[in-house]
Amino acid sequence: MSSLLEGKNIVVMGVANERSIAWGITKSLHNAGANLIFTYRQERSYQKLVRLLEKNNITPKLTVSCDVESDESIKVAFKEIEDKVNVIHGLVHSVAFAKREELQGEYADTSRDGFLLAQNISAYSLVAVTKQAKALMTEGGSIVTQTYIGSEQVIPNYNVMGVAKASLEASVRYLAEDMGKYGIRVNAISAGPIRTLSAKGVSGFNEKTSIIEEKAPLRRNVDQDQVGDATLFLVSELARGITGEVLHVDSGYHIIGS
Amino acid sequence: MAEVFDRVKKIIVEQLDVEEEKVTMEASFKDDLEADSLDVVELVMELEDEFDMEIADEEAEKINTVGDAVNYIDSTQS
Repeated sequence: MSSLLEGKNIVVMGVANERSIAWGITKSLHNAGANLIFTYRQERSYQKLVRLLEKNNITPKLTVSCDVESDESIKVAFKEIEDKVNVIHGLVHSVAFAKREELQGEYADTSRDGFLLAQNISAYSLVAVTKQAKALMTEGGSIVTQTYIGSEQVIPNYNVMGVAKASLEASVRYLAEDMGKYGIRVNAISAGPIRTLSAKGVSGFNEKTSIIEEKAPLRRNVDQDQVGDATLFLVSELARGITGEVLHVDSGYHIIGS
Repeated sequence: MAEVFDRVKKIIVEQLDVEEEKVTMEASFKDDLEADSLDVVELVMELEDEFDMEIADEEAEKINTVGDAVNYIDSTQS
């Protein structure tokens, strides 16, 4: 237990279950003393979240419903956070979606609405929540999102989500410039493949982790806790000089030429 | 087979929050146990952990009933 985030209010978006990257992040932030505010979209996620928090003896400061597809829902959620918590110091965005049938086969077959859906939920959502969070980050703040190397390189089956992640990373840079003058930093973590519910939606996921074990400099897989600690770093004052960055937490895999 | 069924059943009861009596070999995940597609993916992941195995995507797609899951796991365990 450290006190890096003692007294800091941090919003965490995207805990679906115990395997969620956002759950690994939750544990790291909690251990650093943060007050946590959770958003959820579906009732099923809410039930799981409540059970997980109870099981781990974590008392949330607040839990609010937020559907990132809707500007109105985001506005209502952040209004509730403002009313009940007032100031926030950090925001963790760990949300993405694409149609499962478009996470296989050829990217060329991506449908127009599938493309827009992936962009909407996985990239635009960061822009929309940053706008709302900015108003509550009156003491400065840090926003951290989650990306994947499929944005930089062609990863089989990642397809429409790779393009959405490229858009997300570019958004991180533009938002970092916009938010910098308000003392708000915006960064992304590009994690190696982790066995989450979302990752299992990408065809042939099981093979991806074995490549990391074989080829990455550290020769071991990445887990939710490693991403949690790296996120803790970016959220905390230790990273006060860092913004607009994509930090790879992938056992070094991204430096290896194929 | 009976041992595999009991372990599978335990996971289903926990994951889907359903009553034990409902979990029969014939029960369909979607129709009888009200699982959505995400629930099924989660369940497959839990089964992979419990039985220390990997269920390939094309095999996972064929699992519609509790019996399908039990039979598949049983065929890989021997």
